[in-house]
Amino acid sequence: MFMPAILYIVALVGVPFVMAFIYSVSDIKVGSTSYHFVGLQNFTSIFRNPAFLRSLENSFFFTIVSQILVLVGSTILALALKDAFPGRRFLRFLILLPWVAPVSIGSIGWKWILDSLYSVVNWVLVRMHLFKPFDAPVWLGEPKLAMTSVILVHTWHMLPFATVILLAGLTAIPKDIPEAAAVDGAGFFRTLFQITIPMMLPIINVAVLFGVIFTFTDMTVIYILTRGGPYDTTQVIPTLAFFAGILGSDLAEGAAISIFMVPVLVVATWLVLRSAYRAEVT
Amino acid sequence: MAVVETRKLTKIFRRGNVGAVIDVDLETREGEFLVLLGPSGSGKTTLLRLIAGLEDPTSGEVLIGGKVVNDLTPRERRIAMVFQSYALYPHLSVYNNIVFPLKAQGVAKQQRRERAEWAASLLGIQHLFGRKPRELSGGERQRVALARAIVREPTVFLLDEPLSNLDAKLRASAREELEQFQKRIGTTAIYVTHDQVEAMAMGDRVVVMSQGSVRQIGTPADVYDEPADTFVATFLGSPPMNILPGGGMLVGFRPEHFLPTGRTERTGAHVSYQFRITHSEYLGAERILYGIIEGGPFDKQKAISRMPSTHAIAIADDTHHTFSVAEDDVKYFDPANGKRVKARRLPS
Repeated sequence: MFMPAILYIVALVGVPFVMAFIYSVSDIKVGSTSYHFVGLQNFTSIFRNPAFLRSLENSFFFTIVSQILVLVGSTILALALKDAFPGRRFLRFLILLPWVAPVSIGSIGWKWILDSLYSVVNWVLVRMHLFKPFDAPVWLGEPKLAMTSVILVHTWHMLPFATVILLAGLTAIPKDIPEAAAVDGAGFFRTLFQITIPMMLPIINVAVLFGVIFTFTDMTVIYILTRGGPYDTTQVIPTLAFFAGILGSDLAEGAAISIFMVPVLVVATWLVLRSAYRAEVT
Repeated sequence: MAVVETRKLTKIFRRGNVGAVIDVDLETREGEFLVLLGPSGSGKTTLLRLIAGLEDPTSGEVLIGGKVVNDLTPRERRIAMVFQSYALYPHLSVYNNIVFPLKAQGVAKQQRRERAEWAASLLGIQHLFGRKPRELSGGERQRVALARAIVREPTVFLLDEPLSNLDAKLRASAREELEQFQKRIGTTAIYVTHDQVEAMAMGDRVVVMSQGSVRQIGTPADVYDEPADTFVATFLGSPPMNILPGGGMLVGFRPEHFLPTGRTERTGAHVSYQFRITHSEYLGAERILYGIIEGGPFDKQKAISRMPSTHAIAIADDTHHTFSVAEDDVKYFDPANGKRVKARRLPS
């Protein structure tokens, strides 16, 4: 009964995963016909590559900052969307759109919005006389702005998913509890930080861990917006592995780079499973 | 000055009239135990929530301590409420649950400890301080909820069916305990229940509600012996009062007053009817006899008699007997609106 599922996982996850380890200790290239074991040579070479160290650092920065923004934003959105008001369904639908739309299409839209020549953001800023024409920020071309842009676009994309998860957690809190807090004399912030958020913590954990996994492994937003540039300032592990292994034809190096995602993902997965197990028990 | 007062308090819901409250005038007395009694959907919980400030009234006023509090939030009303589910904070220990209202008030740590000890000692739950709500039994949770309610010495206590989550055996002892507890601390309490036994046993006064309106306010004896209308007459008492149409009005008498001739305890005039028993229930201390009155103004109408088992009379199903009711035990109601009317002569 489980055979199709097992087959699917083995073929699409298991085999490539094992192959990545095998490739990472070889000299294999796209089009190679032979396999030579080279030990840890690929790893020593990527550690001498400043682009790799930069990407490793960027990956963590990109993941942590975007997840903090997602967490704060989705908590606010979930709280705002919890109680009924006219148009809530429509607003929920609008907020979900970035998640349902293919991320590549969304990112292409953002590429245009942040474009150096045709940026609507800059057009507005210029019209508001905040910037002179031809002197407006180059969103994707300056290192700090580029990192800010990719983080914001990724946050935009991840926000709905986290909001939906938190909304589920929020609606699971019995109505009596915040009411009891109100009668007990707690104001909005006391109720939020001492009652609501602590009660949502298990589900917040799940949202954050899924967010970390999706963000740490994602390359779409960065690949489309900046291709890791300018000067590798937005390069992350997945894009670097893709550039080295696929576009650069050095499968062995690409595999070695992508191996560095494994420890983070293993820890995150373990934490997800643990919190899911705890939620089951209590 | 009344602790809590409502004036023409009305709450209409858009989703329909279940739980609505219509034109309720209510006044509590200092230190009294006031019970709101009614079937589900009668608006009693809504009324309590309006007093607590958890619902906004459609019209009318809520006064606490003589001041209109309509625009005050629950926290500004300085009331305490015990919810049906107890609404304990599941992630906090019992101690932190109890001191939560004090923290919100900004009471100093040392004082919080003293007050929590005091509240817990009244309810005998000091040994539970370190536990989480999920590790407590139903009775213990109820006590923690009570401790959290009294810890800041509120002007009024609102209780929403706090015993309904307890099993039957525990409920009786918890009821008695709660009653004693309220007398001891002397705080005015408003208590919502759909259980008439609870209402009769605990209430100094009972407010009987139906479809959002107050039907009658009075002591348990008032509402039972002198019901204001047919709703109150039939809602209180088990089995309910016999209400029989006849002679252009509704005639009511309690099953325990409808007994075999010569067995009633009243001395005055009696009226007798032929009563055909259709079936009976033996409940140990008493027998409930269901039957049909034959002949007279109430011909073919169903009636119930509740006879103490000490009346050792053999009554088999489908037999005829002469049953009587004392005229003093008969109430009369207007058939148009069900309201009580002055004593008249019983049609015979």
